[in-house]
Amino acid sequence: MKRVNAVVVGAGAAGGIVAKELAVAGLSVVLLERGKWYTANDCRKDDLRNQRTTILGNAFGPEDEGNPRVWVDPRGVPHIVLPSEGSYQNNAACVGGGTLSYGAQAWRYLPQDFRMRSTYGAPAGSSLEDWPIGYDDLERFYEKAEYEIGISGDYSGTPFHGPRKRPLPMPPLPPGREFAILEPAAKRLGLHPFHIPMARNSVPYNGRGPCMRCRWCCGFACEVDAKNGSQNTVIPIALNTGNCELRTECMAKEILTDERGRARGVSYFDERGRLQEQLSDLVVVSACATESARLLLNSKSLLFPDGLGNRHDQVGRHLQGHHYTGAVGYFDFETYDDVGPGATIAVTDYNHGTPGLCGGGMLANEFIRLPIHMIDRLPDKAPRWGAGHKQAMRDWHKRSIVIMGPTQQIPTAEGRVTLDPAVRDKWGLPVVRLMGNVHPHTFEIGEVQAKRAQAWLKEAGAIDTSLMSYKAEQVSAGQHQAGTCRMGSDPKSSVVDQSCRIHDVDNVFVIDSSVHVTNGGFNPVLTIMAIAYYASDALVRNWKGTGFRS
Amino acid sequence: MRLSRKACLLTRRQFVAAGALGGAAMVIGCAPGKGENWEFLSEDQARALAAICDQIVPADDFPSASQAGVLSFIDRQLVRHFRRHREAYRSGLEEAQAISRERCGQDLALLPPQQQLEIVSELSRQDREFFELVRGHTLEGYYGSPRHGGNRDAVSWRMLGLPEPPPLGRAQYDLRKGSPS
Repeated sequence: MKRVNAVVVGAGAAGGIVAKELAVAGLSVVLLERGKWYTANDCRKDDLRNQRTTILGNAFGPEDEGNPRVWVDPRGVPHIVLPSEGSYQNNAACVGGGTLSYGAQAWRYLPQDFRMRSTYGAPAGSSLEDWPIGYDDLERFYEKAEYEIGISGDYSGTPFHGPRKRPLPMPPLPPGREFAILEPAAKRLGLHPFHIPMARNSVPYNGRGPCMRCRWCCGFACEVDAKNGSQNTVIPIALNTGNCELRTECMAKEILTDERGRARGVSYFDERGRLQEQLSDLVVVSACATESARLLLNSKSLLFPDGLGNRHDQVGRHLQGHHYTGAVGYFDFETYDDVGPGATIAVTDYNHGTPGLCGGGMLANEFIRLPIHMIDRLPDKAPRWGAGHKQAMRDWHKRSIVIMGPTQQIPTAEGRVTLDPAVRDKWGLPVVRLMGNVHPHTFEIGEVQAKRAQAWLKEAGAIDTSLMSYKAEQVSAGQHQAGTCRMGSDPKSSVVDQSCRIHDVDNVFVIDSSVHVTNGGFNPVLTIMAIAYYASDALVRNWKGTGFRS
Repeated sequence: MRLSRKACLLTRRQFVAAGALGGAAMVIGCAPGKGENWEFLSEDQARALAAICDQIVPADDFPSASQAGVLSFIDRQLVRHFRRHREAYRSGLEEAQAISRERCGQDLALLPPQQQLEIVSELSRQDREFFELVRGHTLEGYYGSPRHGGNRDAVSWRMLGLPEPPPLGRAQYDLRKGSPS
């Protein structure tokens, strides 16, 4: 197999961008993806089998057969879990990764989100830390992501955002009925409601048409291709350069290193299960937080007996996602307009600045609901089954609004990914073992956020509400997973430096949400994309033929 | 075509016929007790399960769970995605029958609805895990996609007042085609 300049592992939000940036700069790239390249017709708007409701499995991978993980519960008991189960903390396995089927909220983090420790101090027992880079370092890459991927929205309604040089490239979609109900209520509460930034065409953009406002949005591939992910933006550009080869259904086994401790390529199982070696000058790991950590930990050699980049036992630590809480409001008038994507309005007033709380999070109305979502979101007093449940479904499906948001989690060193000593996947590779939890202060913040959501709904006229607040038994990583290969300047307490290069090895990079020191109070994808542009920029600038300028 | 409320009050056979008239493509798996070829369930298990499902979603102006095809949904998935729940169904249905025979001296399926409700309530207290499993599967089948057989002719979506099929301009493809998952 011909040697290439770069192997990128994972064709998701970050990997797609890295492949495109390197290929456009003239590097030869092999992009490995363990999943398939799906289209909207592979999902067929299936309420029971998509990437969000997985009762009949994940529509966009991984499949339940042969891809187990192990979750160690708070009592220390290990459980084998399947990809369609919540405690697996799945994202996706396909070209585009999570961006094929996501809801597509495309937020910039706030400047304070990069300085959590110096803003709040680290709660005892937490591993809250500052990023080694800040909002200003990422600003132009946020902008690049907004324009290349294609983001619609309007920030003009809120003062709570970092400085920006250009507005978003597309206006927001016309507001739906929930926006009309919630906006005046938020203003009466002194809040600053505005249109959620979305990686979704509101007008024709990038050669594709606008959203057609259907009911099957978050969790589904868009059937008119109006939702913008790496699979319909950067990856096609990468392939069109002629410098990038995408190999699907290829599962990376390990990063190969030579006797001097430099990476020499990646070994992987191809679509027919044959072990292959792809030699390269550099390796980029973009497999998402849990799987990136697993690949590094599985890359053991004489020089790296505990895995690549893991000399100080840092790989896999500080796992985090978001702690979602909120409230359901029930109304005596119809709130449901059957117009997607449903999620339209947000406030970021509560992300920072509450005395006694280390942060907070954005609050927004929920994506358009399918009947299946309503089964367990009825008023507290409604029966859980029987004639009363059926009647409650009829009463409230069209007369309710959900507001919730991603509370920024306070990470700990014990919330982590390791390798399971016994369980193997269908390729014979040790699987991810999830253990530990985030800092309990996270749940206190979540409870306050739920009550704020409730207050907003009441102000909007809800005649009844129910709180969605709980204390999770594990890190709720899932689709927002982050933080297993922390970025930092001290090799003893981090895995990569501020250019996303592993401290130990000068030609291996981790470029995805793994490097997030903290994960903001927002959906993380735009930050993942900005980091990918930022790290690719440094990589390309320092590239000279077959090595790096020192 | 929209089913009128009255049509839904008809007998099971008429309901199926009305559904077919309404353009329903889903005729796989009919109501139990007609010599249906179940993929996993025995006839006895199917009758007992139907009684439980129909307490979770009883008939009113709109069909019950089994009338909407939920039994076919669960049965199909017990040889597909719900394979890991087979033993739970086997033992859970046995337990339900045992409770019914002990309390009423009869099979669950043969009891009048009011007594079935009492038995199912008792089951939900005695074997919460199994009841919650059936509750979840029943509601998911009833309110989920028609293509899996449990929401025949999108009857629950019509009940909730959702346009079905979705308004023109929103569906490019024939979403009922393709192999079921």
